[in-house]
Amino acid sequence: MVAENTAKNLSITLRVWRQDGPQAVGKFVDYQSKDLSPNMSFLEMLDVVNDDLTLKGEPPIAFAHDCREGICGTCSCTINGQPHGPGKGVATCQVYMRTFRDGDVITVEPFRAAAFPIVKDLITDRSAFDKIQQAGGFITARAGSAPEANALPVPKPDADLAMDAATCIGCGACVAACKNASAMLFVGAKVSHLGILPQGQAERDKRVVAMVDTMDALGFGNCTNQYECSAACPKLISHDFISRMNRDYLAATVRAAFKAVSLGGSGGS
Amino acid sequence: MAVTGLILIGFVIGHLVGNLQVFQHPDHLNGYAQFLHQLGPLLWVARIGLLVAVVIHIWAATVLTLENNRARGTPYGFKHTIQATLASRMMRVTGYVVLGFLLYHIAHFTMGAAQSSTFKENLPAYTMQHEYRVAGFPVVAAGAKVLDVHSMVILGFQSPVVALFYIIAVGLLSFHLLHGFDSLFQTLGLRSTRWAGGLRKVALWLCLAYFAGNLAIPGAVLLGKLSPRAVGISAAPAQR
Amino acid sequence: MATLDSKVPSGPLADKWRKHKVDIKLVNPANKRKYEVIVVGAGLAGSSAASSLADMGYKVKSFVFHDSPRRAHSIAAQGGINAAKNYQNDGDSVHRLFYDTIKGGDYRSREANVHRLAEVSVNIIDQCVAQGVPFAREYGGLLANRSFGGAQVSRTFYARGQTGQQLLLGAYSALMRTVGAGTVELHTQSEMLDLVIVDGQAKGIIVRNLISGAIERYSADAVVLATGGYGNVFNLSTYARGSNVTASWRAYKRGACFANPCYTQIHPTCIPVSGDYQSKLTLMSESLRNDGRIWVPKNASDSGKDPNSLSEGDRDYFLERMYPSFGNLCPRDIASRAAKRVCDEGRGVGPTGLGVYLDFSEAIRRLGENVVRERYGNLFDIYHEITAESAYQKPMRIFPAVHYTMGGLWVDYNLMSNIPGLFVLGEANFSDHGANRLGASALMQGLADGYFVIPYTIGDYLAGQKSGSRPSVDGAEFKAAEQNIVTMTKRFLENRGKATVSHFHKRLGKLMWEYCGMARTKSGLAAALQKIAALREEFWATVLVPGSAETLNQSLEQAGRVIDFIELGELMCRDALTREESCGGHFREEHQYPDGECKRDDEKFGHVAAWEFQGVGQTPLRNAEPLNYESVKMSVRNYK
Repeated sequence: MVAENTAKNLSITLRVWRQDGPQAVGKFVDYQSKDLSPNMSFLEMLDVVNDDLTLKGEPPIAFAHDCREGICGTCSCTINGQPHGPGKGVATCQVYMRTFRDGDVITVEPFRAAAFPIVKDLITDRSAFDKIQQAGGFITARAGSAPEANALPVPKPDADLAMDAATCIGCGACVAACKNASAMLFVGAKVSHLGILPQGQAERDKRVVAMVDTMDALGFGNCTNQYECSAACPKLISHDFISRMNRDYLAATVRAAFKAVSLGGSGGS
Repeated sequence: MAVTGLILIGFVIGHLVGNLQVFQHPDHLNGYAQFLHQLGPLLWVARIGLLVAVVIHIWAATVLTLENNRARGTPYGFKHTIQATLASRMMRVTGYVVLGFLLYHIAHFTMGAAQSSTFKENLPAYTMQHEYRVAGFPVVAAGAKVLDVHSMVILGFQSPVVALFYIIAVGLLSFHLLHGFDSLFQTLGLRSTRWAGGLRKVALWLCLAYFAGNLAIPGAVLLGKLSPRAVGISAAPAQR
Repeated sequence: MATLDSKVPSGPLADKWRKHKVDIKLVNPANKRKYEVIVVGAGLAGSSAASSLADMGYKVKSFVFHDSPRRAHSIAAQGGINAAKNYQNDGDSVHRLFYDTIKGGDYRSREANVHRLAEVSVNIIDQCVAQGVPFAREYGGLLANRSFGGAQVSRTFYARGQTGQQLLLGAYSALMRTVGAGTVELHTQSEMLDLVIVDGQAKGIIVRNLISGAIERYSADAVVLATGGYGNVFNLSTYARGSNVTASWRAYKRGACFANPCYTQIHPTCIPVSGDYQSKLTLMSESLRNDGRIWVPKNASDSGKDPNSLSEGDRDYFLERMYPSFGNLCPRDIASRAAKRVCDEGRGVGPTGLGVYLDFSEAIRRLGENVVRERYGNLFDIYHEITAESAYQKPMRIFPAVHYTMGGLWVDYNLMSNIPGLFVLGEANFSDHGANRLGASALMQGLADGYFVIPYTIGDYLAGQKSGSRPSVDGAEFKAAEQNIVTMTKRFLENRGKATVSHFHKRLGKLMWEYCGMARTKSGLAAALQKIAALREEFWATVLVPGSAETLNQSLEQAGRVIDFIELGELMCRDALTREESCGGHFREEHQYPDGECKRDDEKFGHVAAWEFQGVGQTPLRNAEPLNYESVKMSVRNYK
């Protein structure tokens, strides 16, 4: 039987990483928080702690959050060493205080990766993901130029697989969880989503090479196939997509070496 | 990593299969060793190839590790692992031990720098009793005088310390391969969930078999099941 | 008084858009790059607009307060997107989608806009598929549809329960492509705090860089706002925590009319509030009502008891009792109001008394637990995650929550506000949903505006602007607007207050929910106007905003948003008080049929109320744009 709402309130010690800015030296600071409802979400607990800090004249803890329903990918705490905390397939905002026990010490850190520099406290700058997307995470289709939607059938298994990859919320937990701060799951998911679909074939080779090269240039680590990424992913995206990307990358590199190139210009008179 | 890893996995397995001839008549291992020597320049090509593979493997591992450490930046204050296997997390440690082992192994059996008293060149020559064939082709004739590798191996492992070191080292090497074998399929884009379970089993059995095979040689020597060739060479070296 | 010219083209309804596209002015391709357009917001409407305008050749600057455009709250839409493709061969057409939307909006939307929306809906699906949106497919590889929100045809396209996410990622990928190509300049973590008006035209914005705290000025030839809805005025809603009205509100304070602010949509099936700490309400799909039965105890004294211990005779299946033919499937607004009524009677359930049961025990008996699990398993999981209760063993508790706002800045047919050069797209404008929005229509509107309307209509305005006439950010208007923000920021930070910003947001939310929520009364609204004005005074007297302006300061960001919500709350109550009728999401208890249905007054209120700012604390001007229905006849919505 599941826990009842009548469960006892709890008190915890919060060990939070506080850092004023990207260049500042950070450190862990302990806060006591008492009488918390087990039905509170983890972020609501932080709200309460912050209101207390504000009233006490201490700076509140900066933390990233928005939709609070696990889809926007903004929230990004590492709770007790695990990105998005305990629980499988959830984002930080979907962690509830009933997960913890009365008297627990909870360590809260930002997602740690050199490519995600700390902005303040628990907030990191994840714009590197946008840069990877800019390099090739798209199918070029200007508004107005699209053919009739049903003109190109997509086999259902392909559409389903592409959707599996496309559920990525861009939170960066894969990078945070990876022992090497690698972004392979994020990039693999995007490359696969677009590369599986027939619409994505024209730019497939260019896309995978550009995205992988950009990822490398941004200072993410390398994949050592330990699959911490897919275990931490709030959408449980499979690391199969990494394998798939590796294959695509190899194939694209080999194809590029043998591909005939047009000598013509862009035409027009 | 994957490509050099694949080459090295191929080598260590081939090497083991060759070595298992120690359980056969001494003609086999000694003939095999003589055959390899007769390859001459080809042997050197293979040796250099392997050396290059090892160097690239280590170089890549070093570069990647440095990159990976840099990619993390500030380490976590609270360290936690969700699902990464012990083998995968110990790759560096097992790699170091394997490297140490490799150096000793070459010093021991190839160069004679370690345990030189039982080095093949310091042992009496062995006279082939039968012809040694590879793929049906006779490569070493009966009666040929060849180095006594068979005895060298057995004498070498009669030291329990050495044998134990070998056993531990190949154990760690097998552990290294457990992640390496599985991993290379992922890196080369040949792994998917559909057969990931199968692949894991193949990797596990391969590594177990590899370990068992490697355990068998020093194990059998320690248990006295293997002794140097009948003609009474003991651990005390014969003087030339 | 502002002049509200809807600029609806003449001619038959079905030809208006086609004709308009031929008639409006164009900007020469070689000249487009000489025009700069600012797009604020990057949800469906903002991303699609920014990338489309950039692809056409305009220079675009995109501003978002999020750390990435992909975070916009369009991402959370679950159900789907409507389009009149008629792939199911079930009699759908542009006209039927148009008609359903007009009727669903309770005859308070602009006919010509809605017809255009229905027309371009088919292009949206083409566009999204071309971008790689992985819509659900049939085994033959063609697109799948489902019926949604009680529509009589299957016209909803979907991508599992994450349609909004997939559509947004499609629009985001187009935006990223144009950013990569250098045709869009992206400013993330940049919150628009003021609109700059030069010679009566919108020519720039003032932005706070949320990381450095710097106040920055940007000028352009036109400004496009796509900044979403204002449901967070209720504090608790299904909106993201960051969703705010600030961009729209500051534009309103610069003279843009705010239309129909009182039209808010309340969704009946959300997980109830569990405590005072609550920050967010989570939506549970409406589909649950297909198999679940809604009830509360007959006697208030039974409210605290274990629901499984109450016999059938002790239960009141109030929707089935009040609406025998539609029962549990009656429309959103009706179901929501009924739930409120039984809770007001003290018969609500759960720790707060604000909840009703949604019971699956009969469905489990009838269909078996496996079938129920197959249909609703993921929703039961979400419910369990949040409440730690199993809906297989105990009835779910649900309660209505604010979900969408139909009102917004007034725009004409070209989506331009009454301030020339200021365009408003998506949920931020008022035009397409009238007094109530149908399911799966919000995504359609956002993308229609961004991909297929603004690219045409902005040219009509820009063609009349001399290229290169864009004002310098050193002009007096920019300096004054910046000073305005600097002063406001200073006022927040220097206030030696004793109450947190969230404290005021919670109190505002309670007031709004109480007096301007599901059911409104004249006396309640009048009282709310006083209370909110007092809250505004108290806010300025006692708010405590910690930290400095020269760094990331979430309390400061929140303070600006909450004071705007407080001011908006006053306007909403005023609008609701003035609109002496009930329609769609606006229900005045004085104006109802005996069965509790909305009683409209088409004669007196068949118009758009567009409010014009006169100063904080001053009564705003109420402008009216008459709604002329040429094609459809206004009639009473009947769902009995």
